[in-house]
Amino acid sequence: MKHVIVGGGPAGVTAAETLRKVEPTADITLIGGEAGPPYCRMAIPYYLAGNIAEQGTYFRHEGDHYARLGIRYLNDRVEAISATDGRIRLAGGVDLAYDRLLLATGSRPAMLPAPGLDTPGVYSCWTLDDARQIAARATAGAEVVLIGAGFVACIIMQALAHRGMKLTVVAGSSGRMVRSMMDETAGDLIMRWCREHGVSVLTGQRVAAIEDGPTVVLADGQALKANLVVVASGVRPNSEFAAAAGVTVEEGIVVDGYLKTSVEGIFAAGDVAQGLDFSTRTRSVHAIQPTATEHGRVAALNMAGRSVAYRGSLGMNVLDSLGLISSSFGQWQGVAGGEAAIHLDAARYRYMDLKFDGDRLIGVNSVGRTENLGALRGLIQKRVRLGAWKDRLMANPYRFMEALVAVTA
Amino acid sequence: MLKSLHIDPDKCTSCLLCELACSFENEEVFNPAKSRIKVFTFHDQGRYVPYTCTQCAEAWCMSACPVDAISVDRATGAKVVSDDLCVGCKVCTIACPFGTVNYNHDTGKVIKCDLCGGEPACAAMCPTGAITYVDADWTGYDKMRRWAGKTDAGPQAHA
Repeated sequence: MKHVIVGGGPAGVTAAETLRKVEPTADITLIGGEAGPPYCRMAIPYYLAGNIAEQGTYFRHEGDHYARLGIRYLNDRVEAISATDGRIRLAGGVDLAYDRLLLATGSRPAMLPAPGLDTPGVYSCWTLDDARQIAARATAGAEVVLIGAGFVACIIMQALAHRGMKLTVVAGSSGRMVRSMMDETAGDLIMRWCREHGVSVLTGQRVAAIEDGPTVVLADGQALKANLVVVASGVRPNSEFAAAAGVTVEEGIVVDGYLKTSVEGIFAAGDVAQGLDFSTRTRSVHAIQPTATEHGRVAALNMAGRSVAYRGSLGMNVLDSLGLISSSFGQWQGVAGGEAAIHLDAARYRYMDLKFDGDRLIGVNSVGRTENLGALRGLIQKRVRLGAWKDRLMANPYRFMEALVAVTA
Repeated sequence: MLKSLHIDPDKCTSCLLCELACSFENEEVFNPAKSRIKVFTFHDQGRYVPYTCTQCAEAWCMSACPVDAISVDRATGAKVVSDDLCVGCKVCTIACPFGTVNYNHDTGKVIKCDLCGGEPACAAMCPTGAITYVDADWTGYDKMRRWAGKTDAGPQAHA
């Protein structure tokens, strides 16, 4: 059996390793689009902050890891898929046959709808190479304008602040931070915390253009001169070549409960895949590390012919913004008719908001808490009937760990 | 043979020696807040439950780690955090459905039970046998025996 995996991120690497475990003699090729060994994008901010060396971002630390497992690792990019004859063509000219193909091509930064993105000094912070370029220019005291205020932007902000840079964040017209990760109360706490910690956060502003300098020009005419501009205003799935091959693509590449796409023999996993959502039972793109590895594992088992159903991915994030730690899980927006247990102490930056459906926990917004956070996932994922513990949580939402122990131990 | 922590809440008196032993063994302070095992108190039932990582087979923390900083100690079967590799991203702390991997603000790394390298201090200090470190097969056998006991009760009730 010939397995070809496109994408050297967590989904691709997990899939390759899982396939090797269950098919000791299969032919496995892993294709990574960037030079060097497979690394984890999530680790980039820690490299940028100077906490780890480049090698610290690698998925596996033994130099011969892939060769030792008999996984052929190629640095190349896919140009086209021919699903009818089971072949893919790579940019470097290689033409590969496959029996099973996994598309784990991830996502890329969304383009800002403003001219001047190619101005010198303007970067995305998405690849290790981007991080190298930024690190070379990110000297202490330098001025940086960060465009975007979502999860990725916030984590880059943390890294740049750690390097002693002066930060201005352009939060966009919504005026909110982390708006696709958490509710407005949490976003407002994070914004106030960032401002108190020396970051200038501009709201209600749209970027009109980036000019030489680099200078960020806002819609109201304000010009922000900087040493460095970092654009982090969202990501888009790398799904175009799949669509061109006839694979069904909506928000991402649509996959069924077995990570299969609409085309026989082709699977998808990770940030590029629109798979079963544990909470809503619809299909969502959950571009997070735990989903990528789960997808990679389940896709590989199905590529190997085992019929393994995926229980669905649970959206969850944890963010450290200049020392304030926030997290969210599942349906943090809540559902119609569901109750919420809320504790807010804005002065101390503490917020806990548990969302229920009946007596089951279905979602969480949390700020200022790090202890036992995983228990929240446990309660949601096990669909625990809380019974009397729901009333106790309504009175004090911080008792969630006790609730888990009481109900399950 | 692999051993594992066996917890019998019925024997726990909530003396908290396990928490003190754990924090001293791992953090060199007698501070229950830094313990990797916690005793939960349910006053209404007069019930005390020591709770820590079960070194679960799914190893949610290990598979969620983006930089391979959590690995299996072959001697004990424990999932162990490497301080050298951990970048403090905290993804494991939200991925573990038992809530037993935690972020340590002082070090910027995560901490979890590592079975103290094969000599768990909590079990050594427990005066009532509520926490024991036993052959992993034995805990399996114990579970089976309890299950068998329950099913035995069925036919007897009808007899």
